[in-house]
Amino acid sequence: MMEANKPAAGCDCQNDEVLLERIRQVAAQQKGKEGNLIQVLHMVQAVYGYLPLHVQEIVAIELGLSLSEVSGVASFYSFFSTEPRGKHTIRICLGTACYVRGGVTIVDALEKALGVTLGHTTKDGMFSFEVARCIGACGLAPAMSIDATVYPHVKADEVKGILQSWYDKDAEEAV
Amino acid sequence: MIELTINGKKVSAPEGSTIMEAAKLAGISIPHLCHCPGIHTNGSCRICVVEIEGMKKLMASCIVKAQDGMVVHTSTERVRMARKIIYDLLISNHPRDCTFCSRNQSCELQQLGGTLGILETHIHGEQSPVRVDISPSITRDTKKCILCRRCVTACHEVQGVGAIFGQNRGFNTVIAPAMAMPLEKVDCAMCGQCTVVCPTGALTETDGMDRVWDALNDPTKRVVVQVAPAVRAALGEEFHMEPGVTVTGKMATALHDLGFDDVFDTNYGADLTIMEEGTELLQRLTAALNGGKAVLPMITSCSPGWIKHCEHAYPYQLPHLSSCKSPHTMLGAVIKSYYANKIGVDPKDMFVVSVMPCTAKKYEIQRPEMQNGGNYNVDAVLTTRELARMIRTMGIDFVNLEDGEFDAPLGFSTGAADIFGVTGGVMEAALRTVYELVTGRPLPGHNLHLMPIVGLDKIKTADITFENVKPEYSFLEGVTAKIAVTSGLKNADVLMDEVKAGTSPYTFIEVMGCPSGCINGGGQPRIKNNVPNYKELRLEALYNEDEGKQLRKSHENPDIIALYNEFLGEPCGHLSHELLHTTYTPRGHFNEYFQEHMQKEYATVMAGMYGEE
Repeated sequence: MMEANKPAAGCDCQNDEVLLERIRQVAAQQKGKEGNLIQVLHMVQAVYGYLPLHVQEIVAIELGLSLSEVSGVASFYSFFSTEPRGKHTIRICLGTACYVRGGVTIVDALEKALGVTLGHTTKDGMFSFEVARCIGACGLAPAMSIDATVYPHVKADEVKGILQSWYDKDAEEAV
Repeated sequence: MIELTINGKKVSAPEGSTIMEAAKLAGISIPHLCHCPGIHTNGSCRICVVEIEGMKKLMASCIVKAQDGMVVHTSTERVRMARKIIYDLLISNHPRDCTFCSRNQSCELQQLGGTLGILETHIHGEQSPVRVDISPSITRDTKKCILCRRCVTACHEVQGVGAIFGQNRGFNTVIAPAMAMPLEKVDCAMCGQCTVVCPTGALTETDGMDRVWDALNDPTKRVVVQVAPAVRAALGEEFHMEPGVTVTGKMATALHDLGFDDVFDTNYGADLTIMEEGTELLQRLTAALNGGKAVLPMITSCSPGWIKHCEHAYPYQLPHLSSCKSPHTMLGAVIKSYYANKIGVDPKDMFVVSVMPCTAKKYEIQRPEMQNGGNYNVDAVLTTRELARMIRTMGIDFVNLEDGEFDAPLGFSTGAADIFGVTGGVMEAALRTVYELVTGRPLPGHNLHLMPIVGLDKIKTADITFENVKPEYSFLEGVTAKIAVTSGLKNADVLMDEVKAGTSPYTFIEVMGCPSGCINGGGQPRIKNNVPNYKELRLEALYNEDEGKQLRKSHENPDIIALYNEFLGEPCGHLSHELLHTTYTPRGHFNEYFQEHMQKEYATVMAGMYGEE
């Protein structure tokens, strides 16, 4: 389990040790202050990008808490992630309007196309797939966004093409 | 005292009482579920709600304090309906497999349905995701969990371990170790205190009965059973006998009736432990006082939950632990060597069963350290609760059984062994022998009891001064040994932090993993809320067993003396070391084992702390 949570491909181990040392310092500074776990997890996630088990262990040891409690808090709040974040974030809107206009069928199509379920990141590290509760574009329902780009009136058979366009765009930029 | 009105009755209650406590004084019982006095009082289930005049919302009577002039109604229509809906919601996410659940007829959720008069349910739908996690000691079945969090309180607040906690959120909430890992992979001590407080079948001991039934039905197996001291002080409760009634004789009869070939007593193993551990202590003291190398304080090693906790939390202090195996594994080793020889049976054809007040011993017996000549010392551990279940299954009328006896030659014990089951007992038993060996006189004190360490206090201490010693122990003349006794892992941590810091003033420390010792072990009958002093009653039962015996010092046990004469030679001798002593495994703070990079460091650090072996 710990192996699976190591940073994604391209991890620079020396750099990783530097990050972990910074996490140790961040957590150690907060030791003994009551109710500081959430704040520490925020800071640590900002440093490391996400909160895998070995990072939670450092937080637990430095704050003198049990690992189960740290993990319990990290898994309770949706803004903490125990998986590496993808390069891009897909947010599928499941607000009322998008929901009644077939948002769930888009979720199904995305899960199939991405090969991961809601709340997870694709194996290649390209996309994190999340749900949004209304993005304020009800007239465009069902809607989804990838990073800052909003896709209106999405149909299930368009999903593959949309995802491919992001691979193409990244490939172009890389050249 | 405060005055309030409950259901029209005037009630006086001490200041600080909860509404539930005040109602009890007036003879009104309020249905409840998660509430567990002394363990867990955070009002998470809401079953105990009541109506209070002047308050809009229904209030949880287990946490709201009674106030002067309060007018409370505990069973209005509104309250009754609220409880029914709460129960309906609880049961909507609970499997309907009561007839084949290990908690059938002892499940608090099941009983509550009866109390509330539930005849039908209305809420049906999807159920939370299910995880079943089977560790050697404890089985977690999350589909039976009602999220009351008693186990979380027991693990964090009572034991100070913190292996389990609520993970995830809402419908997906599960009580589990970090990242929902299996218990076996984390820093769980396997003490089983969570299984004692769980109201349902979500947390139970991992079944040991199947293998025992198989062995009993296998004609090629010589099936030997042994029973720990604390079991006899509590087994009767499983058959509705009063807490504190000892059932030693009935238990021996029941074990013969179940078909065991030999019924031995772990007490014999306890007497043997005293010989070995007492000798080890004297050896360490001798070395220390003669300027040699010795690790002190020495700490007892009878409690496998404590051992596992120490391996996780204090891996650098492991040399402080006595190298003695626990009494039942010692006896297992003796059964499969000395006794096997005596009766001409190949140890491979033996099956040794230990009946224990403990879940950690299920983990202990499968440790690689607990074998000799390729045979595990003990093959199966049953908890007190499991033995009771087997007795019921066999249709044995336990309450009306005649008293029987343990079998020779490994069934006779002294009073010193009986008190192994309660906090302070191992220490007292050890000192009865060590003091007499050194001075030639019995341990001073009231009727062989070292009073400062008798009782259920969290940490107890005493000073023992050796005076007018025998010539061979002249180096101990006038020496005062400070001793400490504790139980419960959270309390053990207090003494261990001193050891770690190098400031511990003690020579010898007794630690039992469960609060109050084995009498309150993780495998014992579950807490009865109507008998709040059950621990005191079980304690008294064991001291009564001790005081009722002719021989009360381990070194006077004639069968122990015979074992040394015929087989072992001398305490802590070569054969003893091979069979009765063990080593320990350093483990990670949160992990089953040290991570690789720490393993290398460990050897270096230990060499620095304790010198090369």
